[in-house]
Amino acid sequence: MVSVPNCRDSNTPSFYALEAIKQGSAAVGITSKTHVVLVALKRNAEELGSYQKKIIKVDNHMGIALAGLAPDARVLSNFLRQQAMNSKMVFNRPLNLGKAVYSIADKAQDNTQSAGGRPYGVGLLVAGVDENGAHLFEFQPSGSVLEYVGAAIGARSQAARTYLERKYEDFADASKEQLIEDALTALRDTLSQDKELNAQNTTVAVVGKGENFTIYDDEDVQQWLDRLDTLSNNRNRNEPEDEEQEQEQDPEQPAEPAPEPSEQSDRMDTDE
Amino acid sequence: MNHDPFQWGKPLDSVYGPYNAKIAHATNKRTTNIKDVSDFPTMHTQQPMITGTSVISVRYQDGVVLAADNMGAYGSLMKLDDVERIVKVGKDTIVGISGDISDMQHLHRILDDLVVEDRYDMESDHLKANHVHEYLTRVLYNRRTKMDPLWNACIVAGFDEQGEVFLKYVDLLGVTYTSPALATGFGAHLAIPLLRKKADTDEDVKNLTKEDAVQLVKDCMKVLFYRDARSLDKYTLCVVEKSTKQIEIQKDVKCEDMKWGFAKDISGYGLPQL
Amino acid sequence: MTQPATLASDYSNEVAQEPIEHRFNPYTGIAGEDFAVLAGDTRNTSGYNINSRYDPRVFDVGDNLLLTANGFAADSAQLISVFKNQLEWYHFDHNKALSPQSAARFIQHLLYGKRFFPYYVYTILAGLDEEGKGAIYSFDPVGSYEREQCRAAGAASSLIMPFLDNQVNFKNQMDPASHGTEKRPLRYLSLEEVIQLVRDAFTSVTERHIQVGDGLEILIVTKDGVKTEYYPLKKD
Repeated sequence: MVSVPNCRDSNTPSFYALEAIKQGSAAVGITSKTHVVLVALKRNAEELGSYQKKIIKVDNHMGIALAGLAPDARVLSNFLRQQAMNSKMVFNRPLNLGKAVYSIADKAQDNTQSAGGRPYGVGLLVAGVDENGAHLFEFQPSGSVLEYVGAAIGARSQAARTYLERKYEDFADASKEQLIEDALTALRDTLSQDKELNAQNTTVAVVGKGENFTIYDDEDVQQWLDRLDTLSNNRNRNEPEDEEQEQEQDPEQPAEPAPEPSEQSDRMDTDE
Repeated sequence: MNHDPFQWGKPLDSVYGPYNAKIAHATNKRTTNIKDVSDFPTMHTQQPMITGTSVISVRYQDGVVLAADNMGAYGSLMKLDDVERIVKVGKDTIVGISGDISDMQHLHRILDDLVVEDRYDMESDHLKANHVHEYLTRVLYNRRTKMDPLWNACIVAGFDEQGEVFLKYVDLLGVTYTSPALATGFGAHLAIPLLRKKADTDEDVKNLTKEDAVQLVKDCMKVLFYRDARSLDKYTLCVVEKSTKQIEIQKDVKCEDMKWGFAKDISGYGLPQL
Repeated sequence: MTQPATLASDYSNEVAQEPIEHRFNPYTGIAGEDFAVLAGDTRNTSGYNINSRYDPRVFDVGDNLLLTANGFAADSAQLISVFKNQLEWYHFDHNKALSPQSAARFIQHLLYGKRFFPYYVYTILAGLDEEGKGAIYSFDPVGSYEREQCRAAGAASSLIMPFLDNQVNFKNQMDPASHGTEKRPLRYLSLEEVIQLVRDAFTSVTERHIQVGDGLEILIVTKDGVKTEYYPLKKD
């Protein structure tokens, strides 16, 4: 029987690519019928260092959030920017979201098959609006691309997914503000005990029909943090009857070979 | 006139002597005793061969009326009498093309490819008239920049992504503009003044009904047939209608009520008779 | 002046091929103390034909910059779309607005980059400089440029420019009190004065130049952004 390399096998390059995403800090995306929201947790390698940019604008109607190797994400976002620009230049229309993600998916897939190269070590949430409305795609280095109502990638992202799974039915008709609140709440759930969301480590981005992709950073993000009842995720931990607690303690359960990244591994060279 | 197309647009040998390809080292091929075209330096299109004449169009309150006749002229010879010069691109766009017929057919192929590619990339049809126009502009401008133009003037009509009516001109140089009334070729001289009587401003357009617009375009096609030697009394007439979101194409429309009596008995030359 | 190419190409084989078609509508830029205006008529012509009565060619390209490229219309459209594209990259790369003097230097590179197959356009850029003062930059087709207080380009520029020299830079004006011995001192014109000057220039030029008419569009840039005004001109 022919054995096909699988990204779960720790001896394939794809495994390391997925591992890089898991060690990158978390990013969460949610869509309603009209808006897409991306939020992400920024990390600084050390106290004196700057925070790694997590959300990149591609065009007025779309942008990406990343988890994993930031340089790889820059390559991909530059490629997307070129595609978007080309679409405007040649056809006088914004780049179609599906077309955009498949264009990077094809690049990524090539890398999984060609000798000598390595796959992109980054996962992306691609958010945007086009003729058909609001879209959120998750891109993986394997070249796999799927559309989601809500998605989370990066360290401890299972905790965020759990929150999204519980709430996703409300998203379709939610307001932009409500979406941001939900996204931030999901992101908050990925935090370890001693961390909390603040204006330095949180990025929010919104795009809607007729509303340009806007990134909120630093002092601009405070208005959204103010909407949360608390910035740390202690609330969940302090209530033992909370059913989420079990998953909270063991966020990456399904991925067997991956050791849960500790706070120490946050200082590894991902997202830099 | 010399009817050999290879001699068109060139200085006459009888006046200027034979072409000297040594000038400016235009070729490293044999430069004396030139017998056929392969001995010439590479040349690009310098004049159209078989040509289609005017395309005319006018906006009315609910859309656009556009017409182009079915003739392809080879110099002054009526070489083709059944060419379709209005191309449908996807479901929301029509393009009326005048100028060189072979270049028109090349554009037709490019536009068909565009439709196929668009449907392949996306689940549904999102190729709108403004996208087709922008693409055509890029193609034509890039070709003129290579000094190898596609010798056409086109009028693109249809719907944009908001479902609004779109009408815009683009030509072999990549020049574009829009106006309530647009025409190419002789139409720009003969039809535009007539069309502007009824549709000069956006205000006029709001008051122009479909019936009046169709009649206006038919009258213009008649004047063009009277006055443009390289035109035909058989044409295709298209109506882009916003309220029904349809593009209606009528083929083989004939010029009607023509008067071919003595000029002294006719007033108006094809316009409504006194 | 070339024959209109569509007509020439369709009906004659005696007209040589020309890759461009001149379409010199007049454009005027005037800088004030805290504003700049860039104005042009809206008529689009080729030869003796009026192609369109409303084809505005002064663009608000973003970052409080106004741009017009006057001459061969397709080159003009290309130059402006390339500029807009590169402006977007500038935003991605630097995350700040492009200043007029940087925009001007960049336009020089765009134009000179095609030195041996030029964009056949006369370009005018308007904006506010780092002190908030109005700035006009004017270019020739291959990228020579300078900052000026006012500039007229295109059709009838030879009619408008002397008028502006006199009315904006007070050339050949003397201070009446000095009995013709002292030059009239320079001062900034107000926005109202400038708009009236531009309107006067275009109504006059409409009378004297066949390619000018139909409508006048004036774009005004101030620290609060860009405003557009439209005044009809004679349609004959």
